[in-house]
Amino acid sequence: MSLLLSLGRKDGLAKEVAALSEQNLYACYQCGKCTAGCPVASIMDDPPHQIVRFLQLGDADKALKSSTPWACVGCLTCASFCPKGVDLARIMEALRTVRLRRLDAPFRYTQEDGEWLSNLPQSAVVAAMRKVTW
Amino acid sequence: MVIKPAAVRSGRGDEEGNVVDQGKKTFGYYPGCELRTRAQALDISARKACETLGITLKELKDWTCCGSLVAQVKDNYMALLAPARVLLQAHAQGFNELATLCAFCFNTLRRASFFLERHPEARRKLATFLEVEMLPQVRVLHLLEVLRDSVGFDRIREAVRRPLQGLRVAPYYGCLLLRPAQEIGLDDPEEPTLMEGLLKALGCDVVDFRSRTDCCGSYHIVTNQGVAAQCAQVILHSAVDAKADFLVASCPVCQFNLDWSQAGHGNTGVPVLYFAQLLALALGEPAETLGFDERGAAALRESS
Repeated sequence: MSLLLSLGRKDGLAKEVAALSEQNLYACYQCGKCTAGCPVASIMDDPPHQIVRFLQLGDADKALKSSTPWACVGCLTCASFCPKGVDLARIMEALRTVRLRRLDAPFRYTQEDGEWLSNLPQSAVVAAMRKVTW
Repeated sequence: MVIKPAAVRSGRGDEEGNVVDQGKKTFGYYPGCELRTRAQALDISARKACETLGITLKELKDWTCCGSLVAQVKDNYMALLAPARVLLQAHAQGFNELATLCAFCFNTLRRASFFLERHPEARRKLATFLEVEMLPQVRVLHLLEVLRDSVGFDRIREAVRRPLQGLRVAPYYGCLLLRPAQEIGLDDPEEPTLMEGLLKALGCDVVDFRSRTDCCGSYHIVTNQGVAAQCAQVILHSAVDAKADFLVASCPVCQFNLDWSQAGHGNTGVPVLYFAQLLALALGEPAETLGFDERGAAALRESS
């Protein structure tokens, strides 16, 4: 597999993510335990540990455009597995937050969703709205 | 990470882990939206069980939404408003301890309270917005914690009228009851024993099953049903492999996801019950008053 990275972009995203999430991105040594434990890794563009790698290497765009942060549901299995105490779910939330604050979310509810939504537990609906829409 | 004794982590014990307020009887109670709609069975059975055990749950008046999930970035103050408002209501009504049952409410309120204790800037901003002098400190509890620390499983064992012998149950925790362990501190995040302790006290045959702390798919049920079904199926099959007759959950969303997945993505035939339903049943409440669904009621008749 080959990866094309735009290294060292100085857009400060890594800093912003580190500040928002209050996590040290450089503590991660890429052991992959987070990915091994992730229950939703199968629907992610990039495995969770790779998102941290993109940020470490300064390729912010890759991290930001990946579907991975939106697949993360915040179950915190990764955080409880991490030998370095990195809370990856917070990093994912920070990446979502950056995009939500740019009014750039991948999900929008439409009228057609109404019937399906009315059958669901309301706490799940509220949670989804707060996490993936603005 | 050093895991301190549960009573210390939950702030309810001294440093040696002795529970200091054992015997406390009255708690503020925050049911949350699910318990008034789809998960009424959880509310009803928990109230009945508490009555029998001498615990008084005083429902918060005019409670509002807990916010459902807490924000995981440091400056999302808007997302803290809903839980802060609930904590404020609890304090204004004289409760410094608030018992919850829904795992979403529990996790959100407990984490928000933890966050506010440690972030004076957030506390100040929210107090200004909510037009109060300061935000109070309210201890958020889960009913399972009350049962363990304030009643004790030994006392529950003595109170059991109808031991649930022969019932093979798989206790399912999910995420929100356990993680993040530093903030929730209810039990060990990977090897919890809380529900096992309760269910054994009720006489159940508790099976060891591998998915007990896995994620049910949570709010992906709204935006990505495929992966929610996949998560739920892993848990259901794990329960089947352990030869469990029932899955026992505490969270209305887990319960929904597991049942929904069985209806459309592969029926494993495992009914999903709430822990409070089994508790009330063992304490002698008639099964027909505890809101078991058809599948659960049928399976219970079969095994008794």
